[in-house]
Amino acid sequence: MFETLILMLDATIRVATPLIFASLAGMFCERSGIVNIALEGKLLAAAFAGAAVAYVTGSAWLGCIAGVLVAVCMSLLHGFATITHRGDQVVSGMAINILAVGLTVTLGRHWFKQGGQTPALSGDARFAPIHLPGADALQDVPVIGLLYSELISGHSLLEYVAFAAVPIAWYILFKTRFGLRLRAVGESPSAVDTAGISVAKMRYSAVIICGILVGLGGVYLSVGQTAQFIPNMSAGKGYMALAALIFGKWKPWTAMGACLLFGFLDSMAIRLQGVSIGEFQIPVQAIEAVPYVLTVFLLAGFIGKAVAPKAIGVPYSKERE
Amino acid sequence: MSQEQAYAIELSHIDKKFGAVHANRDISLQVPKGTIHGIIGENGAGKSTLMSIIYGFYKADKGSMMIDGKPFLPSSSQDAIASGVGMVHQHFMLVETFTVLENVVLGAEDGWKLNESLASAKLKLEELATSYGLEVPVDAIVGELPVGLQQRVEILKALYRGAKILILDEPTGVLTPQEADHLFKILDKLRAQGTTIMIITHKLREVLAVTDNVSVMRQGAMVGHVATKDTSQEHLAEMMVGRKVLLKVDRGQAAPKQSLIEVKDLCYVDSSGVERVKKMSFSVRSGEIVGIAGVSGNGQSELLSLLGGIIKPTSGEIVLNNNTISAANPSDPQLVRAMGVGHIPEDRHKMGLINKFEAQEAYIMGYHQLPMYNKGLLQDKKAINQSCQTNMDKWDVRPADPTLKTANFSGGNQQKLVIAREMEQDPDVLLVGQPTRGVDIGAIEYIHQQVISSRDAGKAVLLVSVELDEIMNLADRIIVLFDGAVVGEVNSDDANEQILGLMMANIMPEHLKKGAKPQGEQS
Repeated sequence: MFETLILMLDATIRVATPLIFASLAGMFCERSGIVNIALEGKLLAAAFAGAAVAYVTGSAWLGCIAGVLVAVCMSLLHGFATITHRGDQVVSGMAINILAVGLTVTLGRHWFKQGGQTPALSGDARFAPIHLPGADALQDVPVIGLLYSELISGHSLLEYVAFAAVPIAWYILFKTRFGLRLRAVGESPSAVDTAGISVAKMRYSAVIICGILVGLGGVYLSVGQTAQFIPNMSAGKGYMALAALIFGKWKPWTAMGACLLFGFLDSMAIRLQGVSIGEFQIPVQAIEAVPYVLTVFLLAGFIGKAVAPKAIGVPYSKERE
Repeated sequence: MSQEQAYAIELSHIDKKFGAVHANRDISLQVPKGTIHGIIGENGAGKSTLMSIIYGFYKADKGSMMIDGKPFLPSSSQDAIASGVGMVHQHFMLVETFTVLENVVLGAEDGWKLNESLASAKLKLEELATSYGLEVPVDAIVGELPVGLQQRVEILKALYRGAKILILDEPTGVLTPQEADHLFKILDKLRAQGTTIMIITHKLREVLAVTDNVSVMRQGAMVGHVATKDTSQEHLAEMMVGRKVLLKVDRGQAAPKQSLIEVKDLCYVDSSGVERVKKMSFSVRSGEIVGIAGVSGNGQSELLSLLGGIIKPTSGEIVLNNNTISAANPSDPQLVRAMGVGHIPEDRHKMGLINKFEAQEAYIMGYHQLPMYNKGLLQDKKAINQSCQTNMDKWDVRPADPTLKTANFSGGNQQKLVIAREMEQDPDVLLVGQPTRGVDIGAIEYIHQQVISSRDAGKAVLLVSVELDEIMNLADRIIVLFDGAVVGEVNSDDANEQILGLMMANIMPEHLKKGAKPQGEQS
């Protein structure tokens, strides 16, 4: 029983990692006042770029850099449309999502001729699990051994990075000058402007940080988790991350909590497959739907009042009406 | 006077265009150091644009500026701040979810670590607070503070950045008279310590009370500079408008008859559970104007919406022209209109008009189902156009073009269009919300006359306004609201700024309490 729980938690971490990256990415973006439903597309594009470059060069690191670069470029595109040209943020985000779905498959087919997939990655083209010191030695110690060697040790680098990013994001957001200005720009851009700070600069920095983080999440999906790119592999994770962000009230720790909850529901769904109640076999589809259904319920009823940054979704313009 | 040194700020030949709009024409202005300088003018006269140019928010197309005799060319607010210019905007530039301290520090942090900046700012703020009498709770969330304190935070923000020239844009618009007095005391103190202050306002009385000199703007140009001691309200109004204006409309004695609005124990709880209207009771009779005064946000908007049938009461009842509205028997705006009620909403942009509609379309809104505007299933465009044309002429809406987009009319003419629409159906009851908000002095005069003549025609008029002058000029009886409840009622002959100001802060003067002066009570 305990082992099952540990294995489920282990799976939780794997599922939660891309969600954490993406929801932190969304947090920086939305805290600056820019709606980011493009997380989904950026995850996908970064996953593709990461896997493609990792396969061609044989280096997970180069893949990682490529994935992040692609996500940053897409973020800049989003920024260019919505900050410089004051376009509608939802429309721009949706356009990026559609672009990512089409472009990854088209390029994938053309380059790798495997129906949009990349060939499987192996060796240095992947991030190997990191075994923390003493994991093997402690393995047989009851309780702690399993906890340490299975749950804490043995993850790939990006998983540790994701969890380390949470306190760092918290510190930046709430304890630094940059964070103060970022939060201000999402609440009241005119206050920031009249204080002599450039609203556009703040928002561009936010979308770049967003690109880096969501890029890491995408790279994790392909290079870290699956070891290849599969068309549409982001499968709504970008939207889940956005839901986690709202669920977590735009704060890093609570958003992480929400990501872990979603991850846990997901791993539970996998565990529950094939389980039957008496004679009745629970259909796989029903179980797979559980995390999504729960998400809807949680968002609809259980989080209390989630107050979004006030200026979110509104392009900033100096001109009066 | 050695010219170079004596002026804190000097503008010469400032010119600014926004597309086809010539917002500032060849403006020159000199403000002596350590004085309070008033800038007055109607809406759209270009005051705010001019101040935004000084604050580096906009760039002038032509002209030059000097601060302390040195050339001053701000390309951003940051430059202006660095040169010692601070600005308190009409709509506060505050982050409501931040604390006072965070708001003050924003953009003027010492270093990248926030805690250090906050700690040093706290010390400096305490110094400023004691030397200028600007006490604020530094750790409070700004959005939870009353507006008077929020404004203080804005002033502190400017002083914290070392402002030597302080620009205040319509500073008293949101304040009670007492808060405004307090503000003026602070300004006096600042002036005494060498700060130069520029106030933009349209309240003539305040200009006379607090400034040393006044400059008047009209249609983007500077029409004159006068020393405050040499001028009067009438004189300033004439300069602003370009013709003689009646500041106070003559109003005969009211001759009230039967009661047309009866409000009994009216309560309203909004969707987030906040009690916005608390057990209100009052009545308005045919042939009188009852003014509802109070600082904005104390239940006036909800009261108007309840009476207009837009929201439904939680308990209590409203009797409009013998029709009862209650929680069990709610109404809607269409029904309310059918009861003979005209409603001029508080916010013409949000509720009164649709900016992108043509004037004739806006003109029939709410009455679009009347037979006179329809022919079978279709709208009778010709009838609409004719009706609108006739009434634009009648109500002096300029330009009198029914096909012009609503947004292209000035505030005053938009408001006249709304008034024309509501009054033309000859209602028995008239609900009037902020009739002259954002309206020029010239149009104010006209609108006030119309409100009074509809009273004299026997309508029951309920007037909600945050402008005390307006209430005192028009209303026969004045009801003051505070926090959703009626504080008390005074006859307008007994009312003055002082009394109303106290009531707006929920203090009922002893001699006006019920029973003490029975002739003041009629409900």
